[in-house]
Amino acid sequence: MSAHDFSQTIYGRSRRGRHGYHISSKPTEEPRDIPAEYLRDGRIGLPEVSEPQVMRHYIDLSGKNHHVDRDLFPLGSCTMKYNPKVNDEVAAMQGFAGLHPEQSDADAQGALRVMHGLERLLAVISGMDAVSVQPAAGAQGEMLGLLLARAYFADRGESRHRVLVPDSAHGTNPATASVVGFTTQTFASGKDGRVDLDVLKSVLDDDVAVLMLTVPNTLGLFESRIADIVKTVHKAGALCYMDGANMNAIMGQARPGDFGFDMMHFNLHKTFSTPHGGGGPGSGPVAVKSHLEPFLPAPRVIETDGAFRLEYNRPQTVGALHSFFGNFGIYLRAYTYIMRLGSDGIRRASSTAVLNANYLASRIISKYPIPYGERCMHEFVATGEPLKKHGVKTLDVAKRLLDFGFYAPTVYFPLTVPEALMVEPTETESKETLDRFADALLQIAHEAETSPEVLTSAPTKTPVRRLDEATANRSPVVTVPFE
Amino acid sequence: MPYTYHTDEDRKAMLAALGAKSEDELFDVIPEKFHLHTLLPIEKGKTEPETQRAMGAISRQNRPASHLLSFMGGGIYEHTVPSVVNNLAGRPEFATAYTPYQPEASQGTLQVIFEFQTHISRLTRLPVANASMYDGATALAEACLMAAKITRRDVVLVPHALNPRYLKVIKSYVTGQKIELRTLPVSPTGDIDETSLRRELNDRVAAVVVQTPNYFGALEQPWLYEKEIHAAGALLVASVDPVSLSILRPPGAYGADIAVGEGQPLGNPIGFGGPLVGFMACKQDYIRQMPGRIVSATRDVDGRQAFVLTLQTREQHIRREKATSNICTNQGLLATRATIYMSLLGEHGFRELGRVCHERARKLAAAITACEGYTLKYSAPFFREFVIACPTDAATVIDAARKEGILAGIPLSRYFGAGARNLLLVAVTEKNQDEDADKLCAVLKRASPVKVG
Repeated sequence: MSAHDFSQTIYGRSRRGRHGYHISSKPTEEPRDIPAEYLRDGRIGLPEVSEPQVMRHYIDLSGKNHHVDRDLFPLGSCTMKYNPKVNDEVAAMQGFAGLHPEQSDADAQGALRVMHGLERLLAVISGMDAVSVQPAAGAQGEMLGLLLARAYFADRGESRHRVLVPDSAHGTNPATASVVGFTTQTFASGKDGRVDLDVLKSVLDDDVAVLMLTVPNTLGLFESRIADIVKTVHKAGALCYMDGANMNAIMGQARPGDFGFDMMHFNLHKTFSTPHGGGGPGSGPVAVKSHLEPFLPAPRVIETDGAFRLEYNRPQTVGALHSFFGNFGIYLRAYTYIMRLGSDGIRRASSTAVLNANYLASRIISKYPIPYGERCMHEFVATGEPLKKHGVKTLDVAKRLLDFGFYAPTVYFPLTVPEALMVEPTETESKETLDRFADALLQIAHEAETSPEVLTSAPTKTPVRRLDEATANRSPVVTVPFE
Repeated sequence: MPYTYHTDEDRKAMLAALGAKSEDELFDVIPEKFHLHTLLPIEKGKTEPETQRAMGAISRQNRPASHLLSFMGGGIYEHTVPSVVNNLAGRPEFATAYTPYQPEASQGTLQVIFEFQTHISRLTRLPVANASMYDGATALAEACLMAAKITRRDVVLVPHALNPRYLKVIKSYVTGQKIELRTLPVSPTGDIDETSLRRELNDRVAAVVVQTPNYFGALEQPWLYEKEIHAAGALLVASVDPVSLSILRPPGAYGADIAVGEGQPLGNPIGFGGPLVGFMACKQDYIRQMPGRIVSATRDVDGRQAFVLTLQTREQHIRREKATSNICTNQGLLATRATIYMSLLGEHGFRELGRVCHERARKLAAAITACEGYTLKYSAPFFREFVIACPTDAATVIDAARKEGILAGIPLSRYFGAGARNLLLVAVTEKNQDEDADKLCAVLKRASPVKVG
């Protein structure tokens, strides 16, 4: 007997002979012309449910999710800002959604205009020379960045093997370096949570290809010595890549191109308000300086006198990263968002994001110290360390927050802060919501002192309580077993 | 600006609480020389109605396949999207959540992924599936990397008839691992040339990629050489069209080790080719080498049935440079659409879908080959897509059709050079009606060169 009860899955609701959707009004026949050995033998094993059942089943599931349209989703590094509905409406327009990617350029002028326009907007926002929107997510943007670096050095007859990342870096940075065939060297951040130039110099040599740096970094701190960092790396002949996951802090205020970065990626699903979809899709456009432009993926969108075309003939390109042109539906949303905000709104969005993070930090710092304190940018990393003496961990704080109807911040990241709580409120939260969240965190700190078991047994108000992850890891059950 | 709340009073109160004089002061940590003192050269913001008008006007500069009579496929297929799929997947509970790091407040997303994994597992007849990849091309590229890691070998055999766009992506992905791709030629009937396959198999081969239907629409027969692939110590990687698995033999039934494919046809719009959604399934033995998120069933402390992300030690946020892949954000919302789509069609509707697609394709092929000068290029069986050899350049046929609002297909010369200039790749779905074949044939006949003598 299975240790699991799958009666509440769509499979548990299935009854033989129930039909949900008809493709044809006439009975269909077994395929003719295809010899038997090519054909499927027996049932597929898909469920048999009715349309109303499907509605109720997935409505039921939808109710078990926290989401940003319900309340604050302070997941640090993920920029869970409000997702404007007009963006989705535009993406669903038949002129866009009904376009086949193999159609001729003449049939797709509007779509190419959006791609070209978005690339130009991102170039302006980043202070870079050229942009490829092709990468499907931030991690793929990083991959493109390192492929560009490899092509760049190969073109110069250089062979460099190492990628440098600070110990506060996102996990995707070292993982990407490995996929592209580089060796990662992690170096320690300085006492102030930022890059220490002496440490950086000690690991730099002519084998280093790229420094990957998140700006502001994952502690929510701006790298104030950025000009010297970039200069030092360039002096060693290496390139500087900016992980733009935190671009929401600085857009309209300052430009990575001016800092001296050679390339960077954006996360359209973070900075440009596209919905996170329960895990994706995202989009990770890469912006570069002109010396890397020849290596960008094919095709490029080219404009001549107001007409747009896809150019595949790119002799130095690193190739392609996507079947077609990347996550076009996400470009539409980001483009629409930028159109709504305009230059003034973009600047106001980042300054409000930074204001909100600082305000929230100031409200909770008495109970949750911020080790790399002073001012933060769009997010901050607090620690639950003082609560440990009550037998309470950061994990317990996170779980207790769920009972208050909030999602939890990112926890235990970055690795440089023990018991880390990485909080990013974004600009689309009101002062009232921030106060409510701060009050909840302060109450939780009080509970830790007076009744820690409330925390260690939390959550209790969610659809399920804490889960047995260990057994799942030892012997994962990843499907409903087939009878 | 739109989408924020603060009144001037709020801002003042918040700044006062911080002890800051202005919002600008919060940016003092950025060196002065980098401060932008003027607005970026971007237009001022538009209202929502202005935005809708502007984007509506741009959308009308396209001539979408959905408004035309389309026979375009090549890996992206325009199927009917049931209303229920649009309604449910558009719900903010699914759309505005993120990766379910806190499972207690994410059971909706987690169970949807679990059901997605089950649907994919049953379609492919492989026991394990993940939560999605970017698209069919990257799913195949990741499968090649995975096979190389499992076998510790460095050659992957790929068929000439592989989707050429997938091939480009695989090349970008594998070069960093120093994996060599070798091409298997196509046989005269349209499938893999078996003799070449047997000749290329050796102890360096990590995987043999078989795409079925292949880019030319022809069905492959992996069961004819599966044993030899495994005897050589290589893995069999199948790239499949999920809709075809409604009626065709699934990868698990012919010994495939890993199956991947493009999930767009499962309830997702063609959307100018993105976002798409890749899927991946594999044998139980390889679950710990799999890329991407995986959801497992589990119980909560009260014994309630629940779901949770599992085997996260494979992933970048834990394992960093030793992760199985760098993928983080995936294609969750499209996987959600695919899940609902497959649940709704179910056993009966999904089989019906496959039968209708094939029946329409069969009739279309018969109608086209009845036009003088037009023949089927390959004799291997097909599912819903096939190559037509035209009596003239395929581009000529396509241009003539386009003038009449018909997308006749994809010219193979786009990918396979001048030698393929008379070849046209034609696809159908259940959206094409039987009478559509007559309209296409009328154009084909007119585009055919006039015979003299």
